[in-house]
Amino acid sequence: MRYTLTVNGKPATVDVPADMPLLWVLRDVLDLKGSKFGCGIQQCGACTVHLSGTPVRSCGLPIASVAGKSVTTIEGLSADGSHPLQRAWQEIDVPQCGYCQAGQIMSAAALLRATPHPTDADIDRAMAGNICRCATYLRIRAAIHQAAGAPPVQSTRSGE
Amino acid sequence: MDTLLVDRRCFLKVSLLAGGGLVLAAELEGPAAVRADGTFAPNPFIRISPESGITIVAKNPEVGQGIKTSLQQVIAEELGVDWKDVKIEQADSEEAKYGPQYAGGSTATPQNWDKLRQVGAAGRVLLVRAAAQTWEVPEAECEAAHAAVRHRPTGRTLRYVDLVGKAAALPPVDLATVPLKDPKDYTVVGQAISGVDNPRIVTGQPLFGIDVKVPGMVHAVYEKSPVFLAKVASANLDEIKKLPGVKDAFVVEGGEKHEGVAPGVAIVADTWWNAQSARKKLQVKWADHPTAQQSSAGFAQKAAELATQPPTKVLRNDGDFEAAVAGGARVVEAAYSYPFLAHAPLEPQNCTAQFKDGKVEFWAPTQLPQPGRKLVATTFGIPEDAITIHMTRVGGGFGRRLRNDFMAEAAAISKQAGGVPVKLVWTREDDMRHDFYRPAGWHFLKGAVDGSGKLVAWKNRFVTFGEGETFASGASLSDSEFPARFVPNLRLETTIMPFGIPTGPLRAPGSNGLAFVFQSFLDELALAAGKDPVQFRLDLLGEPRVVTNPDGKTPYDAGRMRGVLELVAEKSRWGRRLAKGSGLGVAFHFSHQGYFAEVAEVTVDAAGKLKVDKVWVAGDVGRPIINPFGAVNQVQGSAIDGISELLRQEITIEGGHTRQGNFNDYPLLRMPEAPPVEVFFKETDRPPTGLGEPGLPPVIPAVCNAIFAATGKRVRTLPLTKTDLRTA
Repeated sequence: MRYTLTVNGKPATVDVPADMPLLWVLRDVLDLKGSKFGCGIQQCGACTVHLSGTPVRSCGLPIASVAGKSVTTIEGLSADGSHPLQRAWQEIDVPQCGYCQAGQIMSAAALLRATPHPTDADIDRAMAGNICRCATYLRIRAAIHQAAGAPPVQSTRSGE
Repeated sequence: MDTLLVDRRCFLKVSLLAGGGLVLAAELEGPAAVRADGTFAPNPFIRISPESGITIVAKNPEVGQGIKTSLQQVIAEELGVDWKDVKIEQADSEEAKYGPQYAGGSTATPQNWDKLRQVGAAGRVLLVRAAAQTWEVPEAECEAAHAAVRHRPTGRTLRYVDLVGKAAALPPVDLATVPLKDPKDYTVVGQAISGVDNPRIVTGQPLFGIDVKVPGMVHAVYEKSPVFLAKVASANLDEIKKLPGVKDAFVVEGGEKHEGVAPGVAIVADTWWNAQSARKKLQVKWADHPTAQQSSAGFAQKAAELATQPPTKVLRNDGDFEAAVAGGARVVEAAYSYPFLAHAPLEPQNCTAQFKDGKVEFWAPTQLPQPGRKLVATTFGIPEDAITIHMTRVGGGFGRRLRNDFMAEAAAISKQAGGVPVKLVWTREDDMRHDFYRPAGWHFLKGAVDGSGKLVAWKNRFVTFGEGETFASGASLSDSEFPARFVPNLRLETTIMPFGIPTGPLRAPGSNGLAFVFQSFLDELALAAGKDPVQFRLDLLGEPRVVTNPDGKTPYDAGRMRGVLELVAEKSRWGRRLAKGSGLGVAFHFSHQGYFAEVAEVTVDAAGKLKVDKVWVAGDVGRPIINPFGAVNQVQGSAIDGISELLRQEITIEGGHTRQGNFNDYPLLRMPEAPPVEVFFKETDRPPTGLGEPGLPPVIPAVCNAIFAATGKRVRTLPLTKTDLRTA
């Protein structure tokens, strides 16, 4: 079946089975490898993209259900990696293995659009669907605050 | 364009430049570097050219431990270049050229600290020599910094890129005697530097094994028996081959070892989704297998029975345990246990391989490439030099990718599919049901304190899995495990039972279970002694000194452990009063050459709901802390990883297979449950050691001991879901 959708602002037409999840269309057909496969059952959030501006788990969305709609992936979040979250993520060294981070950033970007100055509780609620196996949660939280314009967070460390 | 392919081409260039066969031990001969294109390459790790600038090669696999950044800081420091001016390039697996290349055991830092400083310094010395010769001045009047050499008396400078021709013609320097920088002059080591791949991670560029794309590549899934290693009796292959996109489907005979090619059915298709869709229609009849009789419940029952019988082995028997118990003022007995655990790295196991004309080329997310090469060579009867391994970034290891079964599988599938490049990607369920689990363990303990509250007797019977007297992979108890050598009457016994479940190391192997048991039981003994848990531990450690076994091996530095224990007590304000329902708990553990003490503060409500309010960590891994960003990341991640294991993680074996399959029934800790973790390093004057693991073990007993302080309830079985914490 042929489906047309908008991906990162550009039209894309794909010829794939109706039940093929958006994640696999992005990764294996459109060659956008940023969205990750982690669980396949919408539990881990590594595949998070924006569908018409709303964060969704692309591993559970059949392509037929998103035809005609607009999808933004991590590759399209900014033209040059300059989104405040992408900058904050690098400035305070959030990633460890890095595998979940595209999904984390996409969830956080949706949060900041809806809630430009989130509290810790807002962040916890918005980010609870994204697992980080390396447990970078503390830095993710700090980076979201930093991207939201809060003062830079000190690394919790001191030498003796 | 595929970036990973570009990396591969770069690799070929490096090989040529290095002239082949240069080894880290560096009996270098002839000119310092082959320089066909004007590049200065004093060793396999450094390349400098006017066109490409300064490139440093990262030797080890990056699995999230930050090694692709920190080890290269060490080279950059000694080379005398600024971090912003350096490009980092991932090496392929070539141990003859780079020395050991693996991610495991928190060993990379101690193993490479001296060697890579020498590697960087060797480059600096040659560049300084080249400048001094150019100016015809003594080398001692020259200094190197910011990728340039400066002649102090005249202020003249020459950039490294302008010295490469001359430097490359110089005879090599002896790495063993090359002068190293004074740590007080460090400008790169000790700096908090963001990971080198971060710009690509935050923009979603292909980096990981699962992102690999090779021309002509097909996609594969592989169905194995739920019961480990059962063979295929029959499968509806003809039907599967007719399904959309399917190019081939076949039985892979497989072997009888957990690490290797397990028997199964491969489906090869044009896309992964088509292969996986076909798999849903796959019907396999599996042959009977004896492991189908095994279960977690059966193992627990057997362990309890075996604990009453003579041990398989007595690991240690100091003093007279029975007499000390008989003469003790207070005696405590307790049984502890912990379950099988999965590694669950977020990137499911995967591997891309092409097995053609007797040679195999891999793009593999592995922690241990060289043993992967040996495994594949053995499995297929081909020479090791017929195997090429490109190391991709790895989406989490935690010990799972110390096993290379996915490499052998991908090679087998490519071979049977006629030599096309195959990308094999497991589902999450494949990953969780075909892991090498942290082995479950059961501990039966007895201890005694004397009238003054001193710990005088300790016995531990450890029941776990293995063969004969040998522990299964991932289980361990050494004869020097603390409190051995600190208690006069001490017995360590083991009972080993055979089983058919694949096991292996999980982050801080052995220690991740032992610390929970021993540091919890120590708390029980502190209570019996009527002593404060920190004071009881300080008394047990005694005076600062290094304790060894009679052969002088396995040193344990009581002073370093006291140091971190006192530091964490101070930082957590140990001893303060807390509200009802809240408590502080402490624990310490030595592993992977690191001394760690941790305090947890928890609150348990009347309904039994636990909140870990905060964790304080004090660690001693020597100095310097090479990259404070990565170092704190590792320790915070370890602490939260440990809490995640403690809260809900359990793999259950039923009928010889794994019940859990995905994150809905194997829940990992999520952000709302992540407590603040404050990290302090006690930078004692010793060479730096690794941080991937030693921060994990103490957090589990620290939280359990805090739960006891808050509720009076002792957690003796993991995960925590097995203990009722309700107080109302």
